[in-house]
Amino acid sequence: MANFSTILSEWISSQKNRMSILLTLAGIAMFLPLVSSNYGLEVMTNVWFYVMLCLGLNIVVGYAGLLDLGYAAFFAVGAYTTGILTSQFGVNFWLTIPIAVGCSACAGFIIGGPTLRLRSDYLAIVTLGFGEIVRLIARNLEITGGASGLIGIERPSIFGFQLNQIVHFYYVFLILAILACFVSYRLQHSRLGRAWQYVREDEDAAEAMGINRVAVKLYAYVIGAIFGGVAGCFFAVKMTAISPETFMFQQSVLILLGVVLGGMGKIPGVVIGAFALVLFPEVFRDLGSMRMLVFAIVMLIIMLYRPEGIWPAKKS
Amino acid sequence: MALLEVNNLALSFAGLHVIKELEFSVEEGSIASLIGPNGAGKTSVFNCLTGFYRPTAGTIIFNGKSIIHKKPYKITRQGMARTFQNLRLFKSMTVLENVMSGMHCRSSAGPIGAILRTGAQQKEEAEINEFCERCLDFVGLLAVKDRIASNLAYGDQRRVEWARALATQPKLLLLDEPAAGLNHVEKQQLIGLIKRIRDQLGITIFLIEHDMGLVMKVSEKITVIDYGEKIAQGNADEIQNNSKVIEAYLGKEEDEIV
Amino acid sequence: MSIQDILLQQLANGLILGSFYALVALGYTMVYGIIKLLNFAHGDLYMLGSFVGFVILSILSPYIGNSWAGILCSMVLSMIAVGLFGVLIQRIAYVPMLSAPRLSILITALAVSMVLYNGVMAFTDGQYLAFKTDLGFEGLEFGNVFITYTQMILVGASIILMIVLYLFVHKTLYGKAMRAIAIDQDACRLMGINVNKIIALTFFIGTSLAAAAGIMAGTYYGSIHFFMGFVIGLKAFTAAVIGGIGSIPGAMLGGLLLGLLESFGTQIPFIGTEWKDVFSFGILILLLVFKPTGILGKTEIERM
Repeated sequence: MANFSTILSEWISSQKNRMSILLTLAGIAMFLPLVSSNYGLEVMTNVWFYVMLCLGLNIVVGYAGLLDLGYAAFFAVGAYTTGILTSQFGVNFWLTIPIAVGCSACAGFIIGGPTLRLRSDYLAIVTLGFGEIVRLIARNLEITGGASGLIGIERPSIFGFQLNQIVHFYYVFLILAILACFVSYRLQHSRLGRAWQYVREDEDAAEAMGINRVAVKLYAYVIGAIFGGVAGCFFAVKMTAISPETFMFQQSVLILLGVVLGGMGKIPGVVIGAFALVLFPEVFRDLGSMRMLVFAIVMLIIMLYRPEGIWPAKKS
Repeated sequence: MALLEVNNLALSFAGLHVIKELEFSVEEGSIASLIGPNGAGKTSVFNCLTGFYRPTAGTIIFNGKSIIHKKPYKITRQGMARTFQNLRLFKSMTVLENVMSGMHCRSSAGPIGAILRTGAQQKEEAEINEFCERCLDFVGLLAVKDRIASNLAYGDQRRVEWARALATQPKLLLLDEPAAGLNHVEKQQLIGLIKRIRDQLGITIFLIEHDMGLVMKVSEKITVIDYGEKIAQGNADEIQNNSKVIEAYLGKEEDEIV
Repeated sequence: MSIQDILLQQLANGLILGSFYALVALGYTMVYGIIKLLNFAHGDLYMLGSFVGFVILSILSPYIGNSWAGILCSMVLSMIAVGLFGVLIQRIAYVPMLSAPRLSILITALAVSMVLYNGVMAFTDGQYLAFKTDLGFEGLEFGNVFITYTQMILVGASIILMIVLYLFVHKTLYGKAMRAIAIDQDACRLMGINVNKIIALTFFIGTSLAAAAGIMAGTYYGSIHFFMGFVIGLKAFTAAVIGGIGSIPGAMLGGLLLGLLESFGTQIPFIGTEWKDVFSFGILILLLVFKPTGILGKTEIERM
């Protein structure tokens, strides 16, 4: 295993190899709809969707080192914003995206602002509680459709062309996933990305170097929230129906699992994690209700024996 | 004019008085030291100055402004940088990245700039890079800038901390036991480095140290504390001959008789 | 019903709910106090306790029935079994992680929790199981309020468990060692205390209290479910924080207080039962933000 990962990381660290891998992968992703069945496309669309969610959570957990156990809440805020605005107020779908970005950013700000100064384990619990509160609110209010949720959310059109087939959504989510990778990459390699790493490694030393740790964490939290919110908007119109059960604690855990599995803080790792997350249950359908148990055990083993995840760590 | 002026500083934890009525000042452009026996409260004084502890009473005026009860990062932004007694580097990051942390408070690019890689952001990144390399060059570590910080020798890691502090562009540099764990040669280099920082960069230096030889060699003014109280102040000669200081370090003669 | 009746009824409900919370909160607080670990799996151990109790009760009931004798036997056995299981978890999953970054150990604890509830889900097909007991419905009438003997015995039993725990921690040598380890582990090692053994003991006690609460809840509500530990885990953590995390009397106080707050809270106009959980999680968040040390917790000063 160790030997394999050394070879892999050496091979990948060559810039030329890396570019050719990326191009090949992009090519495969682009032309997949030509050969794949609808079932395959459905699964792959789901993969791209989780890539976006996992990358969003990765900003919070992987980059800034904050354990967020209520990430599904931001995904819910985005989905409900779009769902309510399009189905009850007749707002154009594309207009709801900036509103959803605003709402999820606000939610991130409201919950993050006062809590990010807390110790890491308290933060985990607060985010867990927050996730449950959002779900319960969605369940109890009338405007969100109560326990049965919202149905009949209209599919969006772009330049008069309506997105209504799986292949359309495949490309929409592929673009979102690529965009999420791009934004994550740029953020990671920036002043802000470095600041996240300083705070993650040693909060006090970071503060002594003049870094406002609360502000830096808040940036991570709000940007992560926006990723989730945008993913939620597109989720709502793809499914045309949303219900509070989609945003349960298990959803947050699943997204976290994707991040941890592949390797926190590493974009290719997180992408692989998202793949594993979606493909594993499809491949092992026969396991039935044991599926999640196997998943949980795999996660435990990874934490105990390879806490840095599947993707090899950067070599010095 | 005093760059740093501390008056009536007091700190207590749950009824235990760690610092009592402490008064001292550091002149701009000087090299000053704070010494005292183990447990005298030296590091606590540093932590009060840099905002990590909340003093119970007193005033701290830095560069003409009160910095008491300010957050550590704000104090750093006002021009006070520190090193730590135990190394506090960002272990898994490269030497250069470590030093870059110091430039954080002197730069401003946000997420939008980072995502779009705007002209201003690229220019700022280049400036950060250039300035940090200069800081590393100053402490003599430019050659190892791409190594992972925790892989360096102990003495070199200490110098990374120095470069990191210099990158915050301070007016006053606080050094918490800079000579701890260094060998004789490294200590000699350290004395040179301290003097160069003051003479070439014009940065005022205030240090805590156990190594009396080093303190006496570099400091122009020494403050001695014991049990959180100031017991003496003066230049090296005055301190060496001060009976209270000798008593604090070596104990009273009567003690032995009793 | 008059207003006094409603208040009395809510007082009774609150005390029962509160004693469950308190028993679970004790485990959180003890483990947190001694190794500063937030054991996410704790709520699931409560769940496991009720399932193990259920299995033992169904084996024993042909011989001793499923009245108090049967419940007591299965409770004791389940406390021992689940307590040992808690120690096993600590050995396998937490000991290797103690020196790892905080984030890793939190995720490990989360993974343990997932293994437990997914495991029970797989074995029960995610169904509710009827926790059949034969306790009758006799009780005492206070005005218009009827309180069954079962309710009284459950509250009484949890109070007894808490008193025993309090005496154990404050009057025995083991208890003294626990308190000492919470203050300074290294110093305890130097004093010749077998730190690992005491930590294991703490896990055992904390887990078995949660298991006891699990069986009591099964008895009280009459049905058990693989996900029953989730909400109570969160609530019990809230209770532990209300009382001051790390403080044993604090956990007891916090548990009872949260139980009472919840049951009276449902009587406040606009906060019906459907908002009950929002209400308690809201309390948790506000508390963590404004008074993270709780009622009986000590303020810690972090040293550089």
